[in-house]
Amino acid sequence: MVTTSEARVEAQFEELTDKKPIGAEVREFMRKQPLGTFGAAIVFVMVFAAIFADIIAPHDPVNNSYEHILQPYSAEYLLGTDQFGRDILSRIIYGARTALFVGFTAATIGAITGLVLGVASAYFGGRFDLIFQRIMDIFMAFPLIIMALAVVAIFGTGIQNVIIAITIPFIPRCARVVRSSALAIREIPYIDAARANGFSNSRIILRHMVPNVMAPFLIMITAFVGQAILLEASLSYLGLGVQEPTPAWGLMLQGGAEEYAESAPWVAIWPGVAVSLAVFGFNLFGDAVRDTLDPKLRSQ
Amino acid sequence: MSTARSKPAAKRKASAARKSSGTRKTASKRGTASKRRQTPARPTKPKFTETLVNVQGLTMHFPVTEGALVPRVVAHVKAVDGITFDIMKGETLGLVGESGCGKTTTGRCILQLEQATGGDIIYDGQNLNELNKQQMRPLRQRIQVIFQDPYSSLNPRMKIGEIITEPMKVHNTEPDEAARRKRALELLEVCGLNPKFADRYPHEMSGGQRQRVGIARALSVKPEFIICDEAVSALDVSIQAQVINLLEDLRDEFNLTYLFIAHDLSVVRHLCHRVAVMYLGKMVELADCDELFDHPLHPYTQALLNAVPIPDPTVESKRKHQIIKGEIPSPINPPSGCVFHPRCPIAVEDCKKSVPEFRQIRPGHWVACSEI
Repeated sequence: MVTTSEARVEAQFEELTDKKPIGAEVREFMRKQPLGTFGAAIVFVMVFAAIFADIIAPHDPVNNSYEHILQPYSAEYLLGTDQFGRDILSRIIYGARTALFVGFTAATIGAITGLVLGVASAYFGGRFDLIFQRIMDIFMAFPLIIMALAVVAIFGTGIQNVIIAITIPFIPRCARVVRSSALAIREIPYIDAARANGFSNSRIILRHMVPNVMAPFLIMITAFVGQAILLEASLSYLGLGVQEPTPAWGLMLQGGAEEYAESAPWVAIWPGVAVSLAVFGFNLFGDAVRDTLDPKLRSQ
Repeated sequence: MSTARSKPAAKRKASAARKSSGTRKTASKRGTASKRRQTPARPTKPKFTETLVNVQGLTMHFPVTEGALVPRVVAHVKAVDGITFDIMKGETLGLVGESGCGKTTTGRCILQLEQATGGDIIYDGQNLNELNKQQMRPLRQRIQVIFQDPYSSLNPRMKIGEIITEPMKVHNTEPDEAARRKRALELLEVCGLNPKFADRYPHEMSGGQRQRVGIARALSVKPEFIICDEAVSALDVSIQAQVINLLEDLRDEFNLTYLFIAHDLSVVRHLCHRVAVMYLGKMVELADCDELFDHPLHPYTQALLNAVPIPDPTVESKRKHQIIKGEIPSPINPPSGCVFHPRCPIAVEDCKKSVPEFRQIRPGHWVACSEI
């Protein structure tokens, strides 16, 4: 008798704790977050373009062709050509690669550094926290672009330096958000339990605190990728980012925007559209992910 | 469900261990408090001769600060204010008192989760307050803790198995991964849980089951002293009884010493050998369990015991209630002299001035009151 009822309870338990299949999760996400799905689609197209750029791009993005300078839309050059005769569509497709590489690298490094620093700051507390947070305040006082400009001015241009320049201003922003979550977690008894057991500080921070601040962290990362793409475009546009002839959206705007705005508007319009769509897509997707991860918003 | 099923298994295991090691009889194991008083099997204090923990004049004053950038101390919360007691090896000392009286802080000081502002905690000859982090680490293995809230004392991102094996890994009591896993499964069984739970997360379990996981974690590194910080207060009554019985079985099986912090007096009476009563950071009375419950001397203890309702409406309605008047004073600015004097029914003028000495009135019965 005991065993049968037990088995029944066990079965119910399994049912309750059983995870929904991934397909159902995706369908539910699409139903509840139509805008987020739209954002996810943009992100997906971008990632696809970046990975398979070699296959889908119709032309070589760096190949100058002086017979085809500033050509309007045609069957061969779907989005026209720029002032060096390079295919704009191909450059946009390869540009996605640059944008995503810089965006993901900078956002991930910045957010992870910020995560560890923020949690450590909250965990140690006291004077360390006070001083550390004031340093973060100093970094936060500069607008993102000014901070990035300063870093590039010090380290010079080039793709690594652009990544560094974008990463550094992200660190305090992530550290601040993560710290506030970590402060609450520090007071929860399982951290006391870990301390009472004599676990090392690094173990407590990495094994017990970091996994519990993942939700705000993931939201930060998705928001950061969009911002990083925008920053990279801005820096490249100002001539401080990625250098010619590497295909990059900001660089394409720099080359074409002023001189050919009237005679060949496609030179500036399409890279601009690409940047806007990419940032828009990441922001929509990030918002949707936040709503899905946050149980308080989930029920609505 | 599974707790109810695995309970006898744990009992069997525990009693088997007792039989094999030939320890004391278990006749009164499940007796009620009143029945147990008559049974001679009830362990009495003289059985315990070796002091394990000696707390001398422990004080914990938390600073109250003002000012955002340059904090300055404006006052102190005297959470624990000079308490002295000792815990014998193998005994269970109950620590009772109303909320905010400093009983949890006392436990946290012994665990070195708070750096005490004064006094000594001598654990097996070593003064914990003077040890640094490295010197403290081997002792942390011997002193474990069970927390009040089973919902927040387990890391929600770790599986039960990981939670239990982690202390073994850090203290290197079981260097081998497979051995740790095996021991974790055994501990789950000992604590009355299905070993299958090792691969589950805490949120998939009920409060009572989680508390058993907390107990298994505490036991994993083979401690000798466990601080139970309101370990059963957050559980409902039937689960409470199970967990208390489990704690009792484990005490006998592994020869554990408990500091049992609680506010539920019937639980304390059931489980403890001696009981200490705290009020506003001070210790007011300390005696053998039966002595304290049958002959409470301090007016605060009397009122505390009197406040426990008797489960009989006719008796309860006729009984004269002795309710302590007023609110518990602020520990930032405690009353002068005896801290209990503003609420004490037998206070005299002198109580406002002189701090009563914590003195031994009968053998083993200590009271801090000058009017007795």
